[in-house]
Amino acid sequence: MVVAASTCRTETVFDYSWKNVVVAYWNRYPNPSSAHVLTEDTIQREVRDGKLFSRRLLSKTNPVPKWGARFYNNLPVKIVEDSVLDPVKKTFTTFTRNLGMTKIMAIDEIVVYSEQKDGSTLAVRRAYISSQVFGFSRAIRAFGIERFKSNGNKASSGFNHVLRRMFPHSLVGGGHHQPAVTSSTSAAELPVATTTAVVTSPGNHNNTGSLKSAAKVGYEFFKCHASKIAQLFSVKN
Amino acid sequence: MDSVGEDCNELKQQYDACFNSWFSERFLKGQTDDSACVPIFRVYQECVKRAIRDKKINLREIDPIFETNSDEDNANSSDGQQQQKGKS
Repeated sequence: MVVAASTCRTETVFDYSWKNVVVAYWNRYPNPSSAHVLTEDTIQREVRDGKLFSRRLLSKTNPVPKWGARFYNNLPVKIVEDSVLDPVKKTFTTFTRNLGMTKIMAIDEIVVYSEQKDGSTLAVRRAYISSQVFGFSRAIRAFGIERFKSNGNKASSGFNHVLRRMFPHSLVGGGHHQPAVTSSTSAAELPVATTTAVVTSPGNHNNTGSLKSAAKVGYEFFKCHASKIAQLFSVKN
Repeated sequence: MDSVGEDCNELKQQYDACFNSWFSERFLKGQTDDSACVPIFRVYQECVKRAIRDKKINLREIDPIFETNSDEDNANSSDGQQQQKGKS
């Protein structure tokens, strides 16, 4: 049995005050990017030491790639989201994990929303992906990180939609400023994870293009490799 | 957004409305008294807990509500995470 964890870190800046972000947070579903979110419930909530502790239960569908369909039935995934909101320090931390099927792939995600000096809100998102399937953790981790990357962007754009709707006037430029993914690092040894960390930034440098294409080639190679492992593995089923 | 229990939707909406106004009008303005929404929360919880039971959603694998660590970055470094994983 192999247990491996990868971490992945992404930063997103929302051009809204921390207060706006946390108010919108509780109302972020539904939004145009959240068709995969089916239900949302608060199952625990209390104020302790001036902080708001909440536990929410969400269910989502999560379409899996063809090669993954062998291992997953695509039932709604149950997700538990714990959060602590400190209104004095102006920090909001969410901790999310999936229920069930954690032997195949457990995904823990921690997002910290904090106020920045210029009044905007910084969200630092970290994901921890682990898998216990023997000899297969790398491929599944690659899949997990890929899922995390695209879902993360989806989450930000959906959340921005809610923010725009609730607070038409953002801090910068009339509310149509797209969130910039300012940095992304990864502790995983996977080429996939590290190379895709080159995310489009507003100021395009000359070498970004070549890095991107290199990342794409590496990624395609790995994806191909992963599906071969998946096919080998499926003989057992 | 719907509740996990189809028959809890109305209670959920009532609770969410209560919570949202309490959250922005009181809590964020420094009032920590959270009794305003307790009655509706209680009724909503009865409904949603029943739905969770009926749907056999197992919440037991989830540990008690987590505490924030003042030193976030240390707590969440990959080393810390490895240890956590080792335990489970």
